[in-house]
Amino acid sequence: MIGLSHYLVLSAALFALGVLGLLTRKNAVQVLMSIELMLNAANVNLVAFSRYAAGNLGGQVFAVFVIVVAASEVAVALAIVLTLYRLRRTPNLDDADILKG
Amino acid sequence: MSGEAVVFWIFATLSVASAAVVVLARTLIYSAFALLVTFFGVAGLYVLLGADFLAATQILIYVGGILVLLLFGVMLTHRIYDLDLKSGTIQLGSGLIVAAGLFVILSALALKAAWPTLARAPAPTTAGIGRLFLSDYLLPFEAASVLLLVALMGAAMIVRRRRDA
Repeated sequence: MIGLSHYLVLSAALFALGVLGLLTRKNAVQVLMSIELMLNAANVNLVAFSRYAAGNLGGQVFAVFVIVVAASEVAVALAIVLTLYRLRRTPNLDDADILKG
Repeated sequence: MSGEAVVFWIFATLSVASAAVVVLARTLIYSAFALLVTFFGVAGLYVLLGADFLAATQILIYVGGILVLLLFGVMLTHRIYDLDLKSGTIQLGSGLIVAAGLFVILSALALKAAWPTLARAPAPTTAGIGRLFLSDYLLPFEAASVLLLVALMGAAMIVRRRRDA
């Protein structure tokens, strides 16, 4: 019998993997992919709670909002990464150590 | 094992294994394509949870939009003749400790608490979600549309070439 705790442990695993990527990868695009993993983990939690605990559609509506925010976040973040690449010729976040644009 | 459990374990293994590839692969393209599998696995879990509209949205927006955008990012931030799109790692040891600790804490919490279990037959959700968007969640809905517009304009603004620079 698959219950709520199965989904919570699964999303904890996805979230921990996202944290691992966020902390250890150098490439900015790969850091963005890790952030997408973490947002997906949060979404799995929202939908699982909406199915097992709340019994209404509120969690799914929240998940749609999270997807909208993720889409706009990745657009702006990629614009910043491209600008960084044009300025410094590198996609590595370690080399982005200047403050002037 | 029931059919639901079999399907759950298939999709759970698929998404977690490919998420590990996303995080640990040294080649950027492998990461991007493993992310595709993760998104499909999560969409399968949504179907299993009875969220049909959300599963379709996941495939349309994540796979069709965000992943393509990330692939553009991979391609545009490397020189074309640069064949080894490798990415290095930093602070691997401490990152592993933090991630493992987080996973242990979160899953211990999830396994210890007594969660309610509603037994509900899955029903189509699209109409209900649409009704909620236009009634209870109308203000966040409009704010999300403004957010999308601002994000598009901001992205175009950031990447444009300045004439005076």
